[in-house]
Amino acid sequence: MQFIKPDININFIAKRYIAFVVSAVMILITIISLIIHHGPKYGIDFAGGTLIQIKFDAPTRIADIKTGLGNLDIGISSVQEFGDATDYEFLVRAKGSASISEDVSLKIEEVLESATSGQVEIRRVEMVGPQVGKDLREKALLAMFFALLFITIYISGRFELKWMLSGVMAGTLMFAVYILQLFAVSIPVLMAGALLVTLVLFWFLELKYAMGAVVALIHDVTITIGLFSIFGKEFTLPIIAALLTIIGYSLNDTIIVFDRIRENLRKHHKKRLDFILNKSINETLGRTILTSATTLMVLITLFIFGGGIIHDFAFAMIVGVLVGTYSSIFVASPILLAWQKRQRT
Amino acid sequence: MKKLSWRPVAVLIVILTAIVYVLPSVWPGVWPHKKINLGLDLQGGMHLVLEVDTNKAVEDAIERIAQELRSRLRKERVRVLALDRVHGTQISTRVVGKASIDQFYKTLDTDFKEMRILSESESDETLTVVINLPDQEAEQIKKLATDQALETIRNRIDQFGVSEPDIRNQGKNRILIQLPGIKDTKRAKNLIGRTALLEFKLLDETNDIGAALQGNVPPESEILYEDSQDPTTNRTTKTPYLVKKRTLLTGAQLVDARVQIDSQYNDPYVSIEFDKKGGRIFERITEQNVKKRLAIVLDDKVYSAPVIQEKISGGSARITGQFTTEQARDLAIALRAGALPAPVNILEERTVGPSLGADSIRKGLMSMCVGGILVMLFMIIYYKGSGIIADLALMLNIVIIAGGLAAFQATLTLPGIAGIILTIGMAVDANVLIFERIREEMNLGKTPRAAVDAGYSRATLTILDANVTTLIAALVLFQFGTGPVKGFAVTLSLGVLASLFTALVLSRLIFDYLLINRKIKSVSI
Repeated sequence: MQFIKPDININFIAKRYIAFVVSAVMILITIISLIIHHGPKYGIDFAGGTLIQIKFDAPTRIADIKTGLGNLDIGISSVQEFGDATDYEFLVRAKGSASISEDVSLKIEEVLESATSGQVEIRRVEMVGPQVGKDLREKALLAMFFALLFITIYISGRFELKWMLSGVMAGTLMFAVYILQLFAVSIPVLMAGALLVTLVLFWFLELKYAMGAVVALIHDVTITIGLFSIFGKEFTLPIIAALLTIIGYSLNDTIIVFDRIRENLRKHHKKRLDFILNKSINETLGRTILTSATTLMVLITLFIFGGGIIHDFAFAMIVGVLVGTYSSIFVASPILLAWQKRQRT
Repeated sequence: MKKLSWRPVAVLIVILTAIVYVLPSVWPGVWPHKKINLGLDLQGGMHLVLEVDTNKAVEDAIERIAQELRSRLRKERVRVLALDRVHGTQISTRVVGKASIDQFYKTLDTDFKEMRILSESESDETLTVVINLPDQEAEQIKKLATDQALETIRNRIDQFGVSEPDIRNQGKNRILIQLPGIKDTKRAKNLIGRTALLEFKLLDETNDIGAALQGNVPPESEILYEDSQDPTTNRTTKTPYLVKKRTLLTGAQLVDARVQIDSQYNDPYVSIEFDKKGGRIFERITEQNVKKRLAIVLDDKVYSAPVIQEKISGGSARITGQFTTEQARDLAIALRAGALPAPVNILEERTVGPSLGADSIRKGLMSMCVGGILVMLFMIIYYKGSGIIADLALMLNIVIIAGGLAAFQATLTLPGIAGIILTIGMAVDANVLIFERIREEMNLGKTPRAAVDAGYSRATLTILDANVTTLIAALVLFQFGTGPVKGFAVTLSLGVLASLFTALVLSRLIFDYLLINRKIKSVSI
């Protein structure tokens, strides 16, 4: 069986301007959404606070829970249904931490049992103090930063087979980060700075494949963050894990296409670059789609059957894999073409 | 002529090792190796991060030094106008008179050598000096406080009876505690978090408590309260006591603390036993203060303030109060384990009930089975015979991940299960790449064997690259992640390595066996 015939020939490169517009619009929407929502919506891992998961043995209305909890002065910020509707599970969020966590879960149990006249089970309590939240936020950003750094160094060495240059890259990057640190800038600024330095370095060192791959990467992560922001989903530790995995995984498709481009460049060195790019994308199209498809299969089962705690993680991964597949065809390869135009002028 | 190549040997060793490690988890007791560790989110339990208030430890040390300095100067007849602890960790003194000043410096140089002079100024024969502890000493006290707190908490938890607790330092002054399977979380938190500083202090009976409550507290005394609850109305009342600041005896001199039941009222109380030195001190206190009231203070709360009727020798005392048997038991544990050198605050708490953990396992396994079956069916439909080889590789992949988890004693968490599920989807990717390449080569007219050869050799580098990037992300996550997320990093890394092995070594071996030994003429792909 074969979905994608070997002789398939879609002119992807000709459609690159449409793709650029689509990508630009999506990134713009991400930025607008982040501005409207005042940055990413942090879950309690990063913002601090208390989260309590409760389960009733019979259908219960959110309004009843809210009025029940209203009698308690613990700064309840939201009550929300959680998981499958048949589980009668809810998430209660409170702003405070530490001081109120003492026996807050016990109180909640008592209050709710009297308010809803049913059995209540406290299934999960998570309390994160503001200091720990700040630490975790810093750690998460550092993890993203280092993942990007190492992957950048690896692909700049591997894609171009210029490990010397990659060493220079690494050295310059470390130096740039060190200088930035001296000014005690916040980590998001540090990351933005490091990425900027990376792209400028790629430009001057003429590492075009690495440039394409990293731009595609930033594209994927940005759009995933944007969709999270639009849907009002929270950033938690597992979501950071998902973003990091996307960074690693979305490169797979790009690597497949780029390897083929290099192979074809050797075979058909007389042909125009846009022809070779198109040929390579078409030849590897089956792989690109199949590898993403098998991963999507398990992610969708995880999304459906995995339960509430893992729901958002699966969502982030699904978005990341879809966007990653799109970007390896429509973002990474056309950048090579843009590069060639630069050299000609 | 067949050569014994390394491939079959390597495959056999890896598979057998994995099975050896996995078996105890599937079939407990088959041989003595531990089962796969389940994280707190899967088996239920409590995760706590505490912060030791080390600044308080330094302040306490300074306070002790200030008291010592005060009594020493009094003994040397130095005229001291003021001697106070200021800004938390500094001692400020004012000394008057030439002779006094000389004697002050002499005392400071001989008996308080470790103190650092921050500032000194002299005018009209009045010397004002501010001293504190050098930073190095202060750091030492902080470190000691954290270590001691860790040791004390470990003792308490051991006596509380939790199976396989994990208690360790985290950073400079934090303590990470993991208590799997614990149910009464509130009680555990109370036991761990209480300072349990037991002090015996005399009541200040010469001054009026009423005046003190108006804000007129004598400098040598302080107001402490006794909480008592009316059993019928459930109302708490606070009774104030005017207590002398000086501590006569602390719980540090304890050798034992036990729960006893009062035979008369059937109330539980905690009987304590002092060591030899403590017993002597207690005897002297009671001897010198007959008919006075002695307050038993625990964590700055008065538990009782009985009148000393006569000299008590033998070195034992009792703490009464409104205890339930459980509370008395926990208090006894805390006293036996000793007081925390400084108060602790809960920074992070995550509790998962056992039923939620079981639910998570069920849902995780469910998604794993459904996802796995979908992928395997897809591979068979799409690649026919070769799909079966890929599926075989996939199944072994999962066995290897499980074996790796057991071998490294890593912890399986809910995100960890998600990592395994993700690996199922990603592991076949390598086979897809190889199979697509083989198809391509066969379309070019190559023989099956040549096509398989070319397919593997051309796809290998691409597969390595694609997996290295994922591995980099996973390793970074392992370095920075905590708890459940770390579990994800572990299974993802194991999964990437296992899928490299199964795709590049194992499935290749099967192809070679079929093509060379079985001399199969066509590849079902």
